[in-house]
Amino acid sequence: MNTTRTIRVDNLTRVEGEGALYVKIKDDLVENVQLKIYEPPRFFEAFLRGRHYEEVPDITARICGICPIAYQVTAVQAMEDAFGLKVDDQIRALRKLIYCGEWIESHVLHVFMLHAPDFLGYADAIEMAKDHPEIVQRSLQMKKVGNQIVTLLGGREIHPINLRVGGFYKVPEKKDFAQLAERLKWAREAALESVGWAASLPFPNFEQSYEFVALDYPGEYPLNEGRVVSNKGLNIGVHEYDDHFIEEQVPYSNALHARLKERGSYFVGPLARYNLAFERLSPIAKEAARAAGLGATCLNPFQSIIVRAVEILHACDEALRLIDEYEVPNQPSLKVEPRPSIGHSASEAPRGILYHRYELDEQGLILDATIIPPTSQNQSIIEKDLKYFVEQHLNLPKEELTWKCEQAIRNYDPCISCATHFLRLEIERES
Amino acid sequence: MLPQIKRKPKLAVWKFASCSGCQLSLLDCEDDLLSVAGAVEIANLPEVSRTMAKGPYDISLVEGSITTPAALEHVQEVRHNSKYVVTIGACAMSGGIQALRNFKDVREFTRIVYAQPEYISTLEKSTPISDHIKVDYELAGCPVSKEQLIEVISALITGRTPEIPTSSLCLECKRRGVVCVMSAHGTPCLGPVTRAGCGALCPSYNRGCYGCYGPKERANTASLSKHWSQLGATEEQIVRVFRGCNANAAPFKKESEAHEHH
Repeated sequence: MNTTRTIRVDNLTRVEGEGALYVKIKDDLVENVQLKIYEPPRFFEAFLRGRHYEEVPDITARICGICPIAYQVTAVQAMEDAFGLKVDDQIRALRKLIYCGEWIESHVLHVFMLHAPDFLGYADAIEMAKDHPEIVQRSLQMKKVGNQIVTLLGGREIHPINLRVGGFYKVPEKKDFAQLAERLKWAREAALESVGWAASLPFPNFEQSYEFVALDYPGEYPLNEGRVVSNKGLNIGVHEYDDHFIEEQVPYSNALHARLKERGSYFVGPLARYNLAFERLSPIAKEAARAAGLGATCLNPFQSIIVRAVEILHACDEALRLIDEYEVPNQPSLKVEPRPSIGHSASEAPRGILYHRYELDEQGLILDATIIPPTSQNQSIIEKDLKYFVEQHLNLPKEELTWKCEQAIRNYDPCISCATHFLRLEIERES
Repeated sequence: MLPQIKRKPKLAVWKFASCSGCQLSLLDCEDDLLSVAGAVEIANLPEVSRTMAKGPYDISLVEGSITTPAALEHVQEVRHNSKYVVTIGACAMSGGIQALRNFKDVREFTRIVYAQPEYISTLEKSTPISDHIKVDYELAGCPVSKEQLIEVISALITGRTPEIPTSSLCLECKRRGVVCVMSAHGTPCLGPVTRAGCGALCPSYNRGCYGCYGPKERANTASLSKHWSQLGATEEQIVRVFRGCNANAAPFKKESEAHEHH
C-alpha cells in the first residue's frame, strides 16, 4: 500500500526571522524537503549602489540585529582591500576583540535560549528557567559580557557606531578594559562549565559526510580574515570566491542557495571551523573539548551545541589575550583615499562565512555590491540533513518527529533575515 | 494615561520586514529579562518560544515595516487581536532602512533585477505600521533603546503614560558634557534635528549623528542643511544623510527631496 505523509511547520520558532518547513514522505522515502523562507525580501545590495564607502558599515549593520559586527567588519575590510589600506596591528586586534564579543553574545543566545530547550524538552528558555534557574541566569550574564565588549568598542550592542573604513572613530585607553577583563575571567569559567554541561545533553546518533568550508589564517582560529579552505581540497583566496561558488534561486524560498560549483552543497559555521582548525583553538578550549569527549573531528550537527560552547570559551580566552596585549594605536583610523577599485573580504560570522564584494568609483561611491551570508550557504545542507534524519526516524510519532526536524534546523542557528537581505526585486503594485 | 490592565497582561511580539534587532533588545535586557517574563504572559514571541498562544493580546509589540502583500493583511489581524499596539523601532515607525526603495526610480530599479519574478512578491514601497492601522504608541530608534523599551512595557502594565523624551540629541550632548562635534570640529551632525534617546552616542565617539532615532518634533532640517553646506557638505551628501534608517519620516524625506534636483 502506498502511503504519503507530510511534516509541516508553518512558522519555525527559535530561529531568527521567518521560515517554514515542508517534508513530503512517500512510502518510506523522503520525496521532498523544503526549507521555505518567507521573510520579506530586503534589497540591501540595491540600496548600497550610489552610497559613499563611509556609509556602508552603517547600512550593512542593518541586515542583522544579531550579528551586525560581522557585517561591519567584513564591509570595512572589503573597502580597505579595494583602497589598498593595511590597518595597524592594534586596530586589527580591536576588530578581533569586538568580533569575539559578538561570538559570545550570539552563541550564548543560541546555545541556551534557542537550542538547549530542544534537548531538554522545553518550549523556551523561560520555561526552562523554572527548572534550571541557575543555568539560564548564568547564560544571561555570559551573554551580557559579550554585549559589554561590543558596547565598549562599538558604542552599543545592536548596530554599533564606532567601526569605520581605516579603523575606529575612537579607540579605548588600556585602563578602559579593567572592569571588562574581570567580567571576562568570570565568563571564561562559566564557559568552561558550559562545555561540560552541553556535552551532557542527549544526542541522536547522526553522523554525515560533509564538505566543511571555513577561513584559514596562519596561527589563528578562523575569525576575521583568511583564505577559504575545505576538507575536500578547496584552498582559494577571497578574491577567487566568485569563481568557485554560485547562488541559485529556488521557487519556494526568498533566499538564494549558495553552492560550490564543483561539488554542490557545503557546510559553514562552528562545526566547519572546529573540524578545519581544531589545533588552533586556545589551549583551554581544546582541553575542554577533549574533556567533554569531542575529538578533533565532529560530524554530528546536533553536537554543534557543544562546539558552540567550545567557541564561547575560545572567544572569552582570546578576548582576554587581546586585552592583555593591547596598546593604544598611534591613530584611531588611517586616512582613506578612494580610487576606482574592487574589494573583497570574508569573515567568520557566528553562523559561518560571510562574503562581501564591492566595486567603487574614484569618489568612493559604490557601483556594485555582493553579500553572501552564512545562512544561504547552509540552506541546502539543512535540507539534506532533514531528508536523512527523517528517513532514519520514520517510526517516531509525528509530533516528536516534527520537533526533531525543528531541532535539526536549529543545529545551524539559521539567521533568516540575513538570508533574505540580498534578493533582487520584483515589484507588485498596490492597487 | 492608559487604563490599567488588571490581570497578568498577554504580550505578543510581531515581526514584519526587519533585522530582528528591536525585539533582540528585549533579550538584551539580561538583568531584567526574567522579571519582565514574570510580569507578563509571553503569548507570542516565535524567535524565542515554540509556544504560540492565540489572541486576543493585551500588548502587541510590532517590529518592522510593511513590504509585502501578505503583511498588509497580517497587520490588520494584529490590530484586531490587540488591545494596545506599540511599534518598536525605525522600520515600524517610518518604514526604516527598507524605505530606501521608496526613492528609487522604478525603471532604474528594475534594471538591476534578475530574480525570477513569479517566485517573489514584494511591494513597491516600505511603509510604517501607522499607515495601515491605528497605533497606540511608537518607540523610535534603530535600534530602540532597551531602557526605553522596558519603560514602555512597565508603563503599559501599570497604566501610566511612558516617559520618553521628545527633545533633540543636542540636549543629550549638553547633559552629558559632550563637546559639540559640529562647532568644535566642523563635523556635519544630524543632532539638531534628531530625536534624543541614544544618549548622544555618535558625538561621544567623535562622529556626527546620522539620525537613527528619526526627526524630533518641529525639526528645522532646512536650516541644518544650510549649515552643513557652509561646512562644505555637497548636495549629494545632504541627500544621502537624510536617506538613512528614517528616510521615509516626513521631515527627512522632504529635506532629501529638496536637495535632489539641484
